[in-house]
Amino acid sequence: MPGVHSSKQYDLDLEAIRSKVLLMGGLVESQFHDAITCFRTGDTVRADQVIKGDEAVNKLEVSLDDTCSHLIVRRQPTANDLRTVMATVKVITDLERIGDEATKIARAAKSIQERGASSINHYETVRVIASSASEMLHDALDAFARLDEKHATLLIAQDQLIDHEFRSIMRNLITFMMEDPRTISAALDTLWVAKAIERIGDHAKNIAEYVIFVVEGKDIRHTDYAAAKLDNPA
Amino acid sequence: MNSSFDTVNASTDSVENNLNTSKPIVPTTIKISGLNFFYGAFQGLKNVNLAIHEKKVTAFIGPSGCGKSTLLRTLNRMYDLYPGQRAEGEILYGGRNILQPGQDVNMLRAKIGMVFQKPTPFPMSVYENIAFGVRLYENLPKGEMDERVEWALNKAALWNEVKDKLNKSGLSLSGGQQQRLCIARGVAVKPDVLLLDEPTSALDPISTAKIEELISELKEDYTITIVTHNMQQAARCSDYTAYMYLGELVEFGETDHIFMNPGKKETQDYITGRFG
Repeated sequence: MPGVHSSKQYDLDLEAIRSKVLLMGGLVESQFHDAITCFRTGDTVRADQVIKGDEAVNKLEVSLDDTCSHLIVRRQPTANDLRTVMATVKVITDLERIGDEATKIARAAKSIQERGASSINHYETVRVIASSASEMLHDALDAFARLDEKHATLLIAQDQLIDHEFRSIMRNLITFMMEDPRTISAALDTLWVAKAIERIGDHAKNIAEYVIFVVEGKDIRHTDYAAAKLDNPA
Repeated sequence: MNSSFDTVNASTDSVENNLNTSKPIVPTTIKISGLNFFYGAFQGLKNVNLAIHEKKVTAFIGPSGCGKSTLLRTLNRMYDLYPGQRAEGEILYGGRNILQPGQDVNMLRAKIGMVFQKPTPFPMSVYENIAFGVRLYENLPKGEMDERVEWALNKAALWNEVKDKLNKSGLSLSGGQQQRLCIARGVAVKPDVLLLDEPTSALDPISTAKIEELISELKEDYTITIVTHNMQQAARCSDYTAYMYLGELVEFGETDHIFMNPGKKETQDYITGRFG
């Protein structure tokens, strides 16, 4: 955050919001990580913990929304402060949805385990996409914390790789299901997991886009900004 | 009114380069170029270049002493009243540089009216407060003068509140009503431009809201410039905003742009409260 406000309390209020967003980010990151671990190990107890853990994420979303509304009412932020608050409100929505996707993964892991369909190594199918999405989420939160627009631009472009990987998984699973219809149920669960991971990539991309909005004041959603920027770095 | 300034509406200078060029071009009413202003040896304005757009509201913001009121006072040569104050450069209005000697300053002030920070009604009736100014420039029969007074009071959104007390003293009105009376007085002589120097700083929130509402209605017919310390007021009321500091124009642009994504760090620091 450039410079300090004449009002120290204003700086403290903004800093409190920022810290809380990063706390929420850390929480959904670990939710995602734990959900993938459940999917790999079939640990249903841990899956239940992930599902229950979503409540904390939801509470943080409500609390942060409230804090942002109060800041707007009390401070009437402008320019970069306004962009920070606007972006924060949107980032927390994305974080909450990432929490929801992690819950979906945990539920799928539980479902596969409970139906005794764990003989096939489902984790291997989503290992690469999960690792990419996890890295992307971590980097997006990092870029948001540091307001690093260069890093954010790279991340936005990276989402295409995840989308590509998802399509490849889908083709694989379809082939699998056609060859052996007994695997359909587990393959569909795996497909939902892959879809949830792909969505987490999309949300991480959104967070990266808000970083550009805060730093440069450009709303680059639904544009080819990242591709254009990477082609012409100047 | 036949005056040398009546040609102003025909002026169609293009907007300054620093505006977003993709937007439609707005005609310029007043074009300020290389303006320097001196209070004796002290230079209050330094090389100000600015275009005031027709039928738009332009807000001047900046910390105390930055020159925003000084700039406003040069636009109708109000500084002429004070010895030792002088302006150099060019303020083009109606095709003429109003800073040059030989201008009809009274006529200029009729075309570029001014409203001050504190309401300044004359110690006379509400009716006479309006009619007095009109008589200086026009000789209207009673019927037409009545119409003009009603028209001006309507324009200033005051008619309904004072129509039954036109003969009461202007000083008997509330602060907000007095300020609208001053705006009505300015409007009554049918100016092109209204200069508002912190017009609501002495008013309560309801009167302030009424004046702000009035500003948005008046810009249908007039070019308005407003000096304000209230940043939110500038954001609410104006189409363009000029940020000034130490006598220099730091940044000028569309208000939405200035308050959302200003081009200069100094502007951002000021409007976000990081100043000083």
